[in-house]
Amino acid sequence: MKLWIPFAVSAGTLLTIASFVGAGWDAPPVESTQLGYRGTGMVLHRDVETQEALKAANVVPDPPWVPDPAGEKAKNIYQNVQVLGELSDDQFNQAMAAITAWIAPEEQGCNYCHNPENMASDEVYTKVVARRMIQMTQAINVDWTPHVGATGVTCYTCHRGNAVPANVWSTSLEPKPAGNMTQDRDGQNVASALAGNTSLPQNALAAYLLGNEPIRVHATTALPSGTSTAGTKETEKTWSLMIHMSESLGVNCVTCHNSRAFNDWDQSPPQRVTAWHGIRMTRDINATYMTGLDPVFPANRKGPEGDVLKVGCFTCHNGVQKPLYGVSMLKDYVDALGKKGDTAVPDYTKYEPGKTQVMGADGPTTLPAPAATN
Amino acid sequence: MVQYQNIITPIQISGPIEEGMPLPRGDSPRTGKAFFVRLFGIIGNAQIGPIYLGYLGTLSLVFGFIAFEIIGLNMFASVGWDPIQFVRQLFWLGLEPPPAKYGLKVLPPLAEGGWWLIAGFFLTLSVILWWVRIYRRARQLELGMHVAWAFASAIWLFLVLGFIRPLLMGNFSEAVPFGIFPHLDWTAALSIRYGNLYYNPFHCLSIVFLYGSVLLFAMHGATILAVGKYGGERELEQITDRGTASERAALFWRWTMGFNATMESVHRWAWWFAILTPLTGGIGILLTGTVVDNWYLWGVNHGLVSPLPQMWPGVVDPAL
Repeated sequence: MKLWIPFAVSAGTLLTIASFVGAGWDAPPVESTQLGYRGTGMVLHRDVETQEALKAANVVPDPPWVPDPAGEKAKNIYQNVQVLGELSDDQFNQAMAAITAWIAPEEQGCNYCHNPENMASDEVYTKVVARRMIQMTQAINVDWTPHVGATGVTCYTCHRGNAVPANVWSTSLEPKPAGNMTQDRDGQNVASALAGNTSLPQNALAAYLLGNEPIRVHATTALPSGTSTAGTKETEKTWSLMIHMSESLGVNCVTCHNSRAFNDWDQSPPQRVTAWHGIRMTRDINATYMTGLDPVFPANRKGPEGDVLKVGCFTCHNGVQKPLYGVSMLKDYVDALGKKGDTAVPDYTKYEPGKTQVMGADGPTTLPAPAATN
Repeated sequence: MVQYQNIITPIQISGPIEEGMPLPRGDSPRTGKAFFVRLFGIIGNAQIGPIYLGYLGTLSLVFGFIAFEIIGLNMFASVGWDPIQFVRQLFWLGLEPPPAKYGLKVLPPLAEGGWWLIAGFFLTLSVILWWVRIYRRARQLELGMHVAWAFASAIWLFLVLGFIRPLLMGNFSEAVPFGIFPHLDWTAALSIRYGNLYYNPFHCLSIVFLYGSVLLFAMHGATILAVGKYGGERELEQITDRGTASERAALFWRWTMGFNATMESVHRWAWWFAILTPLTGGIGILLTGTVVDNWYLWGVNHGLVSPLPQMWPGVVDPAL
């Protein structure tokens, strides 16, 4: 009796099924778009079902209403309006309504950032964060047009109805090496969530999107000239960043590069220039805005290693090459988010949640200590 | 009953165990009692053993085991001795060479590549001892040295990747990590860093010989199986005494491509293609970073790169 035949056939069948079902393949159909010169393999492949899901998930919400730009300025009506004071009353309230819809959890509404007894108070930390984030959004729209163009960004580009954007990163050391005399694995060689689950370095974003490590690894001369000191390890780190970018945008290498000469700008599509500015923009956001708010964020709003949550390409892009398919939301909030208000930065180390009433550039003012009662 | 006999071997001979020739004085005895396994008989010879280990084989296995343990235990430690993570991430785990700051330091801290060097040392020792063993056994049986030289060719590539090139680069950080995905990542990173190995002519040669080996293997295997029913599997006899199997096989290739290898020469083709794959590949790796820093630009200088029309004339390096 040849018993091994049914066993071998079932094992083979199971393995085949498992490799189709379990490996997370994109099922056909796949749409292919030629990006570069014919014969260079510069073709972007996208899974049709994934694209449909992304299109459904990336729809721009309508503004709560179209505000009247005329009328008394917000700073003359409300107290402690530091950044949006030049808006009209109606514009100011429209912006507040929009921010509430975009970010605040539904059951909390305005109270997510405000003390309902005293809307002007800065005692809720989220209000201090929100003010800084408005400054950040304004700075992105004014200073970083090489990346965001005229489309611009709003709070919604990242937040999408979540108090904390769905895609953020912080230092990741998991699973932690045992330490002592065993190898430290050099921050790599585990499935890295930020690098498309490859075994590439886990914390490349910290090196390039917070720190300022050189991304370029190529030699620019055919023969060794001593000018290019990067080795294969640095290359893996850069590659990790590149995987993050391509995963974040739902594109592949050839969207920005002719892969026969990754470093050569003369053969690169113009998207690479946009991406280059995007890297600098993200670095600025993380270094200036996110880590600057470190003293304000409570521990539960920080990563497992205690550093603030930071942005990467995926924070805005959410799997789409142009966030929200390039539809500009900013046009409905130009006065609130498309221009810079006051850019002063308070000393956040002095912030005391629950106490600080006004977190201004001149330093915080706090409530007098409550009188002792018996 | 009509049977198609060319996928597995349906006929197995069971008879007295073949012990082989007696060993000369001074050699260790062969180990283990030989036995037959029907399953092995399907894909090869049903007789298993006896095996000749000797002191070279034993030492090689011991050193190989030490290297395997160092690599495996460090992988285990790299996920904090978590058995679930060890199994889940096994293909992701690795043992990294030291970071660049240690250069060619013989023993950097164990946590920072020291273990990599020790594992590499034992693995190299193990592989070289196994080579000496192959050489000595072949001599003992009065064979040619073909297997030993073929193995040496593979060892050449192994040593270039992990030892000779790092020495020339002055840095062990350039060497290959141990681990399934880590070593693949290293391979791609090497190509990216040094301007695309696609334009490295020795890489081209290596690929020609690699794919050529596959093609030759398929052609030869198919030919012999196809003339199996005329006794084609008795290849060596047919070298000197061409039977109808050999005649038909030769005729087939002369009809289809105008030229045929002989029963003997096809094995020389296959052997040289296999040998030249790591030999040329090793030369290509050895030149990478030491003699040539950017293969694409080297290719531009030497007419290897096809010019493309300027697609995006407006794009300039924004850092300039």
